[in-house]
Amino acid sequence: MRSHMKFAVPVVVAALALSACGTRGEEPGTGSTGGDGAKKTVKIGVIAPLSGDLSALGKGIQHSVELAVKQANESNALPGWTIEVAAEDDEGKADVGKNGATKLAADDEIAGVVGNLNSSVSQQTQPVFAAANIVQVSPANTGPSLTRGADGNTRPYKTFFRTCTTDITQGAFAAKFLLDQGINKVATIHDKKTYGQGLVQYFTEAFKAGGGEIVAAQTINPDESNYAPVVSKVAPAKPQAVYYGGEYPQAGPLSQQMKAAGLNVPLMGGDGIYDPTYIQLAGATSNGDFATSVGEPTDATDAGKKFLADYEAAKYAEPSAAYGGYSYDAANAIIEGLKVALKDASDVKGARQAIVDAVGKVSFAGVTGQVGFDEFGDTKVKVISGYKVDGGKWTFVKSENLG
Amino acid sequence: MTDLLQQLVNGLTLGSLYALIAVGYTVVYGIVQLINFAHGEVFMIGAFGALATWTVLFQGTTALWVLPVMILGAVVASVTTAVIMERIAYRPLRGAPRLAPLITAIGISVALQEAVRLFYPGAKSKIPFPRIDVVTGPALSFGGVTVQRAAVFTVGALLMSAALLWWFVNHTRTGHGMQAVSEDKDTARLMGVNVDRIIVIAFALGAFLAAIAGVAQGLLNANVDFRMGFLAGLKAFTAAVLGGIGNIQGAVVGGLVLGVAEALAVGFIPGQFGGSAWKDVWAFVLLIVVLVFRPQGILGARVVDRA
Repeated sequence: MRSHMKFAVPVVVAALALSACGTRGEEPGTGSTGGDGAKKTVKIGVIAPLSGDLSALGKGIQHSVELAVKQANESNALPGWTIEVAAEDDEGKADVGKNGATKLAADDEIAGVVGNLNSSVSQQTQPVFAAANIVQVSPANTGPSLTRGADGNTRPYKTFFRTCTTDITQGAFAAKFLLDQGINKVATIHDKKTYGQGLVQYFTEAFKAGGGEIVAAQTINPDESNYAPVVSKVAPAKPQAVYYGGEYPQAGPLSQQMKAAGLNVPLMGGDGIYDPTYIQLAGATSNGDFATSVGEPTDATDAGKKFLADYEAAKYAEPSAAYGGYSYDAANAIIEGLKVALKDASDVKGARQAIVDAVGKVSFAGVTGQVGFDEFGDTKVKVISGYKVDGGKWTFVKSENLG
Repeated sequence: MTDLLQQLVNGLTLGSLYALIAVGYTVVYGIVQLINFAHGEVFMIGAFGALATWTVLFQGTTALWVLPVMILGAVVASVTTAVIMERIAYRPLRGAPRLAPLITAIGISVALQEAVRLFYPGAKSKIPFPRIDVVTGPALSFGGVTVQRAAVFTVGALLMSAALLWWFVNHTRTGHGMQAVSEDKDTARLMGVNVDRIIVIAFALGAFLAAIAGVAQGLLNANVDFRMGFLAGLKAFTAAVLGGIGNIQGAVVGGLVLGVAEALAVGFIPGQFGGSAWKDVWAFVLLIVVLVFRPQGILGARVVDRA
């Protein structure tokens, strides 16, 4: 009997907690039916890693959305409506993200959501927002399957859009970048994760199509930190460069060990290695290594400079980081959509289908270019930039629009 | 031919690291029949000890003379951790069923990893390890075979440590005491051997070698990481079993065999099942094959089974 009692207590607690969750979603709807004359509230959600290792990027996303919303309210972009920001933390984890998305989706005043940062998290939040018919615009997901499905040609969720371009473009740019320098024998290495494997796959396709030769294809185990056997396997094929699919915690040591073992060729990677920590880990021998990243450096355009100045003036605690411009554009895409869809609407929830349709048709001059979406929900701006390690810093080499 | 030699060099380097760590598993197991799963973390703390010593005392210096001081820092950190661990976590459980200390070991392993992650500045991600003159830098080349300078250090460290350990176990009073305790704890106690002291010394010896391995891995890979002990510990434990658990020579042989097997699998198994993606699979296939035909390991376990 005693053991039964021990079990019963947690069960009761759990049941109470669950029922609490159930009711929480209903409160906002009943609490704030817009009174006549007073402005009605519409919310834009943000879902990104606001704590943990990636919080620097997540906070930049949150504040950039806040800036867009603040400016829209000041200019009275939506007459009769006040826009608010509702931020949820996904910690960069799929399960936490799913819970956050469920919470946002239960709020009847949510008109659209900016997020997530990680493709793996978006994979879990996409169906949640799709079920509630809430438009989701990601500023940072580069995984192609999010908009093109597993077969590359079927859009899985009509509610999902993104303002950054994909790894297909990134791989193609990298292939061209190397071929243009006369490098046509490359070895590829990836970390067996979705992002790295995808990047190498798109790079390989584009590189072969451009007349290059892949002389070795290897993988590493991301938990390991000694890559000597792989480097020795790759070296006899005499590649002129190594293309790595993965992130900087592995790429940095790999570059260092490659060169320590006498394989003195540049390592190139995607936006996953475009970080100062890469250079720290790779050491002095990383000079001459390459990376690509989506978009142009934010301060390369006038619109970008204005965004950075406005952001500065608003005095947010954290910098706008790598995806600030994309997040600002994502929020503005939703606001542009709302201008059309909320004009005659009485409540947000009823207008959600109209919002999704309107966001799909937006076209305006944003920070990152002319913002607009194709039939898959991908951005029409397909700008990628190449960077090179020079004197211990990433320096901009060139950018190109592959749209 | 060059490829074969190259992968052999890689394998022996990796194997030397495994061997240095494996000795710690085997010495402790030989004496108290405990698989100290936290030993991988002792290795990790050794690497961080060396890094901390360098950061505090020699930040910016790359001269060779700082290396012995770093090794000393590593040894102090590792041995202190191991001795405290033995005192507060394992000694109270000495009479308990075997599963209790095993679970404790796993708990300590997680606790130590998290402690380093939380309290060592910047340890949430990989930290670059200092580059020291002579032992790091451009690789040496012998007719097409490149040898990293840190690899020479690693293999040299294993040779010296193994020789010292052999001398210690066979030619000192304490070493004879260890052999006695390993054979029969109760009789050894009746003969006047201080069993508690011998056990602490076994932990300390293992930690000493793990600390050297920590420095070696830092130099080889140019970075350290709070997670580095997990996989290294697992591989070293495998090496200890492969060579014959409880047998010090066995641990060294097991480590080298495992390292070479991994490197050769990367280099010479063709097609879909080759390359680095499958090297761990082949390493464990080797372990299973050896254990099927020689359950006591390559050199034979040195433990009296009292079950």
